Amino acid sequence: MSFFGHFSYWATVFILMTGLYIVIARGNLVKKLVGLGIFQTSVYLLYVAPGKLIGGTAPIVGEGFTVYSNPLPHVLILTAIVVGVATLALGLALVVRIREAYGTVEEDELLEADAKDD
Amino acid sequence: MLSQHFPILLVVVPLIASPVIVMARSGFLGWVASLAASAAAFAMSVALLVATTESGAISYAIGSWPPPWGIEYRVDAANALVALLVSAIALVVLPYARRSVSAEIGQERLYLFYALLMLCLAGLLGIAVTGDAFNLFVFLEISSLATYVLIALGRNRRALTAAYQYLILGTIGATLYVTGVGLLYLATGTLNLADMAARLADVPDKRPLVAGLAFITAGVGLKLALFPLHAWLPNAYAYAPSAVSAFLAATATKVAVYVLMRVYFSVYGVDAVFRDMPLGPVLAVLSVAALFIASAAAIVQKDLKRLLAYSSVAQIGYITLGISLGSAPGLTAAVAHLVNHGITKGALFLLAGAIALRAGGTGFDRVAGLGRTMPLTAFAFVLGGLSLIGVPGTAGFASKWALVAAAIGAGHWWIAAAVLLSSLLAVAYVWKFVECAYFRGPPGDAPDPGEAPADMTIPAFALTAAVIAAGLFAWPVLEASARAAEALMGAPR
Amino acid sequence: MRMDIILRVVGKILIPYAVVFALYVQFHGDFGPGGGFQAGVVIAAAVIFYGIIFGLAAARRAVPESLVESMVALGVLVFAGVGVAGIVLGGNYLDYFVLAHDSVHGQHRGILWVEAGVGITVSGVMLKVFYLFTGRARDLEDGP
Repeated sequence: MSFFGHFSYWATVFILMTGLYIVIARGNLVKKLVGLGIFQTSVYLLYVAPGKLIGGTAPIVGEGFTVYSNPLPHVLILTAIVVGVATLALGLALVVRIREAYGTVEEDELLEADAKDD
Repeated sequence: MLSQHFPILLVVVPLIASPVIVMARSGFLGWVASLAASAAAFAMSVALLVATTESGAISYAIGSWPPPWGIEYRVDAANALVALLVSAIALVVLPYARRSVSAEIGQERLYLFYALLMLCLAGLLGIAVTGDAFNLFVFLEISSLATYVLIALGRNRRALTAAYQYLILGTIGATLYVTGVGLLYLATGTLNLADMAARLADVPDKRPLVAGLAFITAGVGLKLALFPLHAWLPNAYAYAPSAVSAFLAATATKVAVYVLMRVYFSVYGVDAVFRDMPLGPVLAVLSVAALFIASAAAIVQKDLKRLLAYSSVAQIGYITLGISLGSAPGLTAAVAHLVNHGITKGALFLLAGAIALRAGGTGFDRVAGLGRTMPLTAFAFVLGGLSLIGVPGTAGFASKWALVAAAIGAGHWWIAAAVLLSSLLAVAYVWKFVECAYFRGPPGDAPDPGEAPADMTIPAFALTAAVIAAGLFAWPVLEASARAAEALMGAPR
Repeated sequence: MRMDIILRVVGKILIPYAVVFALYVQFHGDFGPGGGFQAGVVIAAAVIFYGIIFGLAAARRAVPESLVESMVALGVLVFAGVGVAGIVLGGNYLDYFVLAHDSVHGQHRGILWVEAGVGITVSGVMLKVFYLFTGRARDLEDGP
């Protein structure tokens, strides 16, 4: 239970916080989506890393192999990745529409435009 | 027997309706197909609720893989009630949607609207019936992605920024939820909720469980607009097309609340959440803050739909307040308010949509004089408003009364006082509508006075009647809620 | 890029092989690495490659947009249809065991059709996204 024993968790936390920071701190809508992508990546690591056993092979029954990696996390994360791709595509589509409607993708300028409408 | 497949067909029928509508490429056929699918889903959820009342929980193994290895759909008194609420609202909104949506969305994309609505319905019903934590995440994202697009269809360009904001916050919420599930999965080795509940006690190191609960609370809290995580909600509901606002306000946050209840009471158990961890007070303080701050914010809004949206945040506060009591009566009140507020807010948003169609908007300048130009709609809106306040004889009263009784029963006088005081704020924002509609003349350029067409008013009035019926005959809902609370708390520990 | 002779020649040679490779990945998916996701993306990549080299109009002629939209829906229907077939044949939803005379063949058949559905939808979605984003930029440039 040392620092290095939890290495993958530290990496997970680092990626998670990096992504979240970008989402919060950046005013550009595309950059926010990049941050969101990084944020979601942390979950992929959280699931996939513990599924791997050192010396384990693909979970196909065969002679001479006794140690197998757990395939379930990979399958789950494949689903999560597809969800992430769909979210990213939809987010970018929205950004395109926002650009057409407002002429900008900067958050502060959008707020200004909305305030002018009121 | 087909009825044994109802738990999965409940999800699959709307899910299949969606691609069928896309291939048919016709707005009218899309409407017919969605109406048929919603009616089927409604019939099936009624049958499921009856079946769970008679014989307890129903388990369904997807692909005949026995749980906990395969994905299990598990329907008990709690999620059958939630599924019934969702499918009933869909069935009410669809007849309404035909005219309302054609007025607000371009004709050539109409079929895509219905396809998305069915996708959203399938996702929400899936969240309700699934017994698998990861499957729940997938359905959460299916319904959310459909929701983002539905909101972006609004006429005002702000619908786009509202949808974008919801997309960012909703995705963060779902990702936090799935992080929490990941920690639970690593600790217990299972994703089946019932199996997880049974194995939690044997986990030697409790720290991942605490972290998992924190992640899930924050994630689901974002989805259900728990104060102060509600920032996405007002704009999303205010700028979405009227039919979408009504459907989402009545279902989406309610389903997320159900997820929170399931995780707290069925998976972790009351003792772990409310005795070993101080979540009760935390949730109670946030809920009370929601009651006051969101209600106060509702009072100062200049737009009827935004007012209703802020009122939703406050009303969700009552539900989470019931959860925070961590007791069977508190949970019963929470479930009852979940149902009662669902139909109340659904009715109010439907009426707001009728107003938007006739008065040309829902700003308070457009609402003025409504008591004369649309007397029935204005009257129904006041009835719905009374239910938001919690006046006796309306649905809101029954569940608020149960909440106050539960709080007093547990000795929390301050919670009971907060509920009563915040109701005064609700009086203020409902009065704002009354004053505007009845004591002010219509604007000079009132375009098209008179009630909205019948296919919009009949669903709206029917739901308003249901609000009154649920107030006058409160026992069916309260009894079903009590059974739901029992089912939520009675899962194997 | 339409004038670039190297790209055009290389593209003409490579695109058919890319499609064949996609079909190999697709039908290998039920008993080895591969499957609908990968195959769908490779097929879509081949068409996108074609679109980039020979122009969007040519790609739209080869794979019309209406076909792409139907593919998105059709794949989901195939997947859900396999599930319903399980119910019709007396099992549960998505029950592969009852799809053939014994359970192993049933698994084979079920996975094959589900992967076919996934492949159709994934290639459809990738192409739809490509058409929508590129088409929109083009329309904006041509606009007023």
